Amino acid sequence: MIRYIVKRVLLMIPTLLSVAVLVFFLMRVVPGDIVELRFAGESSFAQKESLDKERARLGLDQPMWKQFASWMGGILRFDFGTSMWTGASILEEVRLRFALSLQLAIMATFIAVLLAIPLGVLAALKQDTWVDYVVRIFSIAGLATPSFWLGIMFILGLLIVFHWLPPMVYTPFWQNPIQNLAQLIWPALAVGYRYSAVATRMTRSAMLEVLREDYIRTARAKGLWQQLILSRHALKNAMLPVLTVIALEFAFLMGGLVVTEQVFNLNGLGLLFVEAVAHRDYTLTQALVLLVAFVFIFVNFMVDLAYAWIDPRIRLR
Amino acid sequence: MLRRFLLLATAVLIGAAVPVAAQEKPRYGGELVFVVPSSPPSYDAHREETFGTIHPIAPHYNTLLRTDPTDKTGAKVVPDLAESWTISKDGRTYTLKLRHGVKFHDGSEFTSKDAKASYDKIVNPPAGVASNRKGEYVDVEAIQAPDPYTVVFRLKYPSASFLNSLASPWNWIYKADILAKDMRWYEQNVMGTGPFLFVEHVKGSHWVGKKNPNYWDKGKPYLDGYRAIFMTDSAAQVAAIRGERAMIQFRGFSPVERDTLVNALGPKITVQESAWNCVILVALNHEKKPFDDRRVRKALTLALDRYQGSTALSKIAIVKEVGGVQVPGTKFATPAADLEKLSGYGHDINKARAEARRLLKEAGVPDGFSFVYKNRGIPMPYEPLGVWLIDQWRQIGLNVRQEVIEAAKYYSELRGGNFEAAADFQCGYTVDPDLDLYKFESKDVSPSNYSRYVDRTLDELYEKQGRATDAEERKKYIREFERRLLDEEVHYIYTLQWHRIVPHSSRVHGWTITPSHYLNQQLDTVWLSE
Repeated sequence: MIRYIVKRVLLMIPTLLSVAVLVFFLMRVVPGDIVELRFAGESSFAQKESLDKERARLGLDQPMWKQFASWMGGILRFDFGTSMWTGASILEEVRLRFALSLQLAIMATFIAVLLAIPLGVLAALKQDTWVDYVVRIFSIAGLATPSFWLGIMFILGLLIVFHWLPPMVYTPFWQNPIQNLAQLIWPALAVGYRYSAVATRMTRSAMLEVLREDYIRTARAKGLWQQLILSRHALKNAMLPVLTVIALEFAFLMGGLVVTEQVFNLNGLGLLFVEAVAHRDYTLTQALVLLVAFVFIFVNFMVDLAYAWIDPRIRLR
Repeated sequence: MLRRFLLLATAVLIGAAVPVAAQEKPRYGGELVFVVPSSPPSYDAHREETFGTIHPIAPHYNTLLRTDPTDKTGAKVVPDLAESWTISKDGRTYTLKLRHGVKFHDGSEFTSKDAKASYDKIVNPPAGVASNRKGEYVDVEAIQAPDPYTVVFRLKYPSASFLNSLASPWNWIYKADILAKDMRWYEQNVMGTGPFLFVEHVKGSHWVGKKNPNYWDKGKPYLDGYRAIFMTDSAAQVAAIRGERAMIQFRGFSPVERDTLVNALGPKITVQESAWNCVILVALNHEKKPFDDRRVRKALTLALDRYQGSTALSKIAIVKEVGGVQVPGTKFATPAADLEKLSGYGHDINKARAEARRLLKEAGVPDGFSFVYKNRGIPMPYEPLGVWLIDQWRQIGLNVRQEVIEAAKYYSELRGGNFEAAADFQCGYTVDPDLDLYKFESKDVSPSNYSRYVDRTLDELYEKQGRATDAEERKKYIREFERRLLDEEVHYIYTLQWHRIVPHSSRVHGWTITPSHYLNQQLDTVWLSE
């Protein structure tokens, strides 16, 4: 087991390195220039001399290999540098947003799991009955409804019915839990609903498949209690694909909630990501891509470990 | 419908009465919460270009002069840290007397050393420090501080706009000792003499300031503090005002957003409106055929029914006024009689379009001629205006395709001349001919002349208007400049002036809209009613 974990951790290094190389060169291929955008954009007076000075300060006048070497050197020392746009430390920029994005992802996952597992199981057990149809309509509606639109509906509903709007500024949970939840529960519900729709459908189909297996029939023939069959034999085996879906969605939520963050004015990683790309803030974009890649790799790794725990037949070799 | 109209009319009327209301006895206390649709890249206004820096940070600073916070034109210069000024007879020496007893937030005293160091940083930055505004001060020969309370600017030649330049909202006064140690300290830190002290900045989220109890202007500020919330999404901004989580967004809303707020909040909302010192231009690349031919350029401007466009577009977009090279209603604005004489500004659109077709034919441009209009990838107001332009040009037989360019790529395209016709804009921090016309000088003088022409006559007229210290003489040169730019050569096409709409909580007083969203952001005069 330990050998497996070490091997997987070591495999992360070339994956992250490939991502680093790819994002570094892709960013430079994309047209646009942070200096022109920032200084020449609104000003009629920005002279070439000033723009060149700024490019030199940011190191953009250096050959590309030199820029790459300098960036990689920094990463190896866990120094991600400073944002080209704000001049602030990248670790600081990310730290500010990470807590909010992580909490939102956890809350949305919690809501999704809370809805998806019971509904998916119920739909499978009551296949082709009205219960199944209701669950299917509920989940298809969730798939068809963009979470940002649902978010807008929440906001309008709260405004029109209760003349109330969620707080606009993030308060950490440990500082003021009520304020924190009053802000994040709405986007978590909007995102969690769509997320649950995917997981519900996956749970339903996985359960249907497992419920037709020989060992379930055998368990029933032995006269095992239905609840026990479901929880110990059916659900546990059906969980493998569901877990994969939940984990990948979780990783996506860490950096992919751009529009939802805009709608609820959340200072999260998704919005930071889009702004960094829009500003051609190379250093920040590169760091964020690495972070998101790391989250995906890490979550996949955890899922693999969970597979072994759920299904002992899977050997970690 | 009638209710909506009455609500809107009431809100705008209340807004129009705001300067009067500002004379009511201000109430002390409260926190002003406002929305900023952008966020500051750095804290140093000397190097930044966005209102995202001005709106949250300006309340920590003063400038030497400022524009009168009660003046709707935003062009009346009044004292700030300089209590008075004199101009020498030859118009080349500006002597400013500074206030006594002004303290920085760390308790140190403000003197002419600080004013000189701040302006040196802007006008003559040391090696390695970029100054985006150096080009605006090419007329400055020397900055001197003969005594602790006097600062003298010597110019190479008389400049009619220099006083406005000293009132620039970007030219915050920094502390000389700090600049001497680290010229870039102000990019990440705050230390000013302004009415509010810095409390907190959470990047991407909010900025907080609190009242400076030792502010030199006794009795001010009225607010206990302010909180600026950064919010890029316009629907979220409207929701914030509507839900009363925020009181104002100083940049402006669209007409539809204004109506939504007025309908939802009724008397709780006050609307202030003004012509905006921003205009969307069409850059016509003189290096690409057939746009090198002035007949073709003239046909393109003649095709535009600006008055109909104003009526239609002002209902959905932040454009309205039909004007020349200066904001309508301001000192050097084009009188209606002169405006109508310019190509494309007449009221007989059929006659203008017939002339446009004739000019195209004469220039050898076939019916159905096709070209690409590159538009800026910002929906408001570029998108509706782009659609309107294409429709207008279609009516003289041109087939125009719109290509929307992402903001980061947009400047590279324009600077590189990789376009035939493109959306461009001019936005000034104050209404001033030097600032507003500089862009249109020849391409070897003005780096933002994206039409890429050389016109020495225009350069000469720019210089003449800039050095004319007599207002009437200056007006004459500005009109000549305008005629050449928009009528004789049609180097650029002016479309419609932006229209600034600021609906805000009726609790907010002491703030007056101006044609510039960079002005009036010190917040020292702002107060909140119960």
